[in-house]
Amino acid sequence: MTPTTPLGRTAVALDQRFGGAKFMKKTFNKVFPDHWSFMLGEIALYSFIVLLLSGVYLTLWFKPSMTEVVYNGSYMPLHGVKMSEAYASTLNISFDVRGGLLMRQIHHWAALFFVASISVHMLRVFFTGAFRKPRELQWIIGLVLLVLAVIEGFAGYSLPDDLLSGTGLRISQALMQASPVFGSWMAFFVFGGEFPGLDFIPRLYMVHVLLIPLIFLGLIGAHVGMVAYQKHTQYPGPGRTNRNVVGFPLLPVYIAKAGGFFFAVFGVIILLGGLVTINPVWLFGPYVPDQVSAGSQPDWYMGFLDGAVRMMPNWELHLWDHTLSLNIMIPGMILPVVMLAVVGAYPWLEAWATRRTGEHHLLDRPRNVPTRTALGAAFLSFYLVLFIESGNDLIAAAFHLSINQITIAFRVMIFLVPVFVFWLTKRIALSLQRRDVDRLLHGNESGRLLRLPHGEFIEVHAPLNERDLARLSANPGLAPIEAPAATDDAGHPTPGLRVKRLQARVSHFFYGDRIVPPSVEEIEAAQAQLQSGHEPHGELTQH
Amino acid sequence: MTAARLRRPAATLALLVLSAAPAVSAYAAAPTSASAVRTANQPSDPLVWGKMLYQEGCASCHGLTGQGLNGVPSVVAKGAAGVDFEVSTGRMPLATITDQALRRPHSLYTEDQTAAMAAYVASLGQGSEPAIPTVAQVDWKRADLAMGGELFRTNCAQCHSFAGQGGALTLGKQAPNLMQATPTQIYEAMLIGPNNMPQFSDATLPPAQKQAVIRYIEFLKQPDNPGGLNLGRLGPVSEGLFGWVAGFGLLVVIAVWIGVKAK
Ligand code: HEC
Ligand code: HEC
Ligand code: HEM
Repeated sequence: MTPTTPLGRTAVALDQRFGGAKFMKKTFNKVFPDHWSFMLGEIALYSFIVLLLSGVYLTLWFKPSMTEVVYNGSYMPLHGVKMSEAYASTLNISFDVRGGLLMRQIHHWAALFFVASISVHMLRVFFTGAFRKPRELQWIIGLVLLVLAVIEGFAGYSLPDDLLSGTGLRISQALMQASPVFGSWMAFFVFGGEFPGLDFIPRLYMVHVLLIPLIFLGLIGAHVGMVAYQKHTQYPGPGRTNRNVVGFPLLPVYIAKAGGFFFAVFGVIILLGGLVTINPVWLFGPYVPDQVSAGSQPDWYMGFLDGAVRMMPNWELHLWDHTLSLNIMIPGMILPVVMLAVVGAYPWLEAWATRRTGEHHLLDRPRNVPTRTALGAAFLSFYLVLFIESGNDLIAAAFHLSINQITIAFRVMIFLVPVFVFWLTKRIALSLQRRDVDRLLHGNESGRLLRLPHGEFIEVHAPLNERDLARLSANPGLAPIEAPAATDDAGHPTPGLRVKRLQARVSHFFYGDRIVPPSVEEIEAAQAQLQSGHEPHGELTQH
Repeated sequence: MTAARLRRPAATLALLVLSAAPAVSAYAAAPTSASAVRTANQPSDPLVWGKMLYQEGCASCHGLTGQGLNGVPSVVAKGAAGVDFEVSTGRMPLATITDQALRRPHSLYTEDQTAAMAAYVASLGQGSEPAIPTVAQVDWKRADLAMGGELFRTNCAQCHSFAGQGGALTLGKQAPNLMQATPTQIYEAMLIGPNNMPQFSDATLPPAQKQAVIRYIEFLKQPDNPGGLNLGRLGPVSEGLFGWVAGFGLLVVIAVWIGVKAK
């Protein structure tokens, strides 16, 4: 059949020359499962596009130069003030370039959303176990993207050379200097001499507009490509198995939804950029080394490090004639590296404790893996305590509290809160599981009371619908691995006994507390009985 | 464009009304302290009247000669400017002794009463203590705005923050938000250095520079904000909070809405 429309004829002509019809068909028929939490990564992707577009606009006027100039633009309160060209050009963008302030604000809001959406996307992946085999590499790419996004944001925040960002740079330089042995050499090298120097802003600019965006393009491409190649995971539901994908075809349904969402993200960012001030550099003033403002905070994604530095006692170590500034090194370098290492290694740790080698395409409901969920919640609470501490001065001012007492309270909380949150989350997850088992074996409470002939009242229980039945019975009910005996039957010592015992111990930590889910037969029998109107009796088991 | 806004007459008028407001409302305010109403048998000599008011309202803490008592600081050292600042901002008289007196919405004394007390306290000193600045001294309208900004960032922002929104100091004390202070009170604050604030004598900050600082603070009081909503001008913390709750929250709501199954 030959097409009649111009579009159709063009398509055929293109296909005859380049092929691709088969590829397109395959792509467009690809099925994507549908859930709101699968759109968090999309927010990140779309904010990145906004960042690229608005960033290119800014490069047209921004001057990454530390040359001193006297400002004579239209913002009167800074008239005649000496400042770097970088700061002056940022003022120029804000007050004298058409749409400049709008673009700056769009760029900055998009940056906050970019990091926020990557973080929340990662949390979703963690709590649903989407990082498990075969997607471990995706987890690592995501982590690298998060770290790069934070660095990229910090670099951008520092470019305008205002008082707040200069204060931030000063702190990061102190951080570099605090690293042992080659710290001061490194700081000297990066800044091209003494702080702040003339070289640093131009170097940062190159990193910000070229180096990191290019890495982003590569990594985001790999990341999204792998999602398409490995297929998306899905939540348990009717007809969903580890071997299929239930959802909508890419064209037209998913494309329409994603396209609509793209414009929603664009719209919200532009709305904020137009209506809500962000980073009013004209109020901060140019960076002058001897000035500092109360309330000097970094953007939110650096807040946890700032909080860690604020929380740290003033420890220093004197070794021979060197001073090790533990007060900066521990919170500013060791802590983030440890946090990253823990997050990066987690998929392998969990796999090791589970000893499951198969592939996972069906997501976990967070309650069904209580220890993972509790660990995630504890980590999050640890992060939040650090994060809130970075606003200790604002909290003190708002609630008329002593900043010193707040800091002492947070020093205690940083240890206690995660432990409490771990315990609480695990309890909640286990009791949710218990409720699931109850519903599987006894059905839903219908709210209808029935009086039996001998006078007793019972509540009528209704069978579960298909969707709930599929979701609730998806609990894998993992049991811990047991350590092997010290010797095998023939009396030979078990190889690698130590490691295996450790593995068993870790496995018990993960899966020791568990609710044993009912078997498929038990569930089927119970539901069949509910269907026929009899009250089944099943027992809850717990170890 | 901001320059044009600065010169808007309506804004200036509003500012004048604003700066007169505390004085006006001081008359209207219901006195909460017994010492505040004493107009019936008012002596004609302001010094005598001032002494009367001082002994009733202040001497219990600051001592009969104003030299301070049991850790309460001397009033004499801060002169007439000190009394005018502390009383007109409503900080004094304190109800109970604390580390830091806070600003009240209204002064507990009338302008005349405050002036009488200030004159009396000045008479106890050696004559070198700070006096209440004159109208000419406080005249900030022709001062250099850009210089004021630089001086503000160098001398004041580390405590009061870049936009004068205030901030926390150590040990539960705080540098207040400056948006309520009148030009005279700002001048006096620099002269006397209340509580933890350093004193900015005319040697460190000559009158012309003080006026410039006042002009910058008056500029900060303007509600106009080039970028839209100002989020309290608290810096990245309020931006982050707003971004997460309003912006990101909205996106998640939209995502949930799009993701809802068509039933
Ligand atoms: C309940 C006790 C109390 C009473 C009553 C009181 N004061 Fe004070 N005053 C204080 C304390 C405590 C301070 C120091 C705390 C501060 O500066 O916030 C102080 C500070 C001052 C200062 C500033 C001194 C300095 O070194 O900065 C002045 C001026 C002053 N008072 C004047 C007065 C006047 C005038 C009155 C009467 C209208 C008065 N006070 C009533 C307790 C009192
Ligand atoms: C070391 C921190 C610090 C610095 C620097 C500082 N202040 Fe203050 N300021 C304070 C404190 C603390 C108070 C509150 C005094 C009190 O409680 O009586 C204050 C109070 C004030 C007030 C009274 C506000 C009101 O509403 O009653 C004004 C006005 C003021 N400061 C202006 C300035 C100016 C102008 C500068 C710079 C020239 C400055 N301050 C520098 C700490 C500081
Ligand atoms: C991809 C992630 C990116 C993030 C997280 C990010 C973040 C930021 C931030 C927070 C600022 C400070 C803006 C301000 O408030 O003034 C900034 C400034 C800037 N960014 Fe980006 N940016 C990104 C990508 C880009 C790209 C791709 C470009 C250009 C190709 C770019 C160009 C600029 C320029 C020129 C400035 C300084 C101009 C100014 O501050 O007004 N950015 N960036």
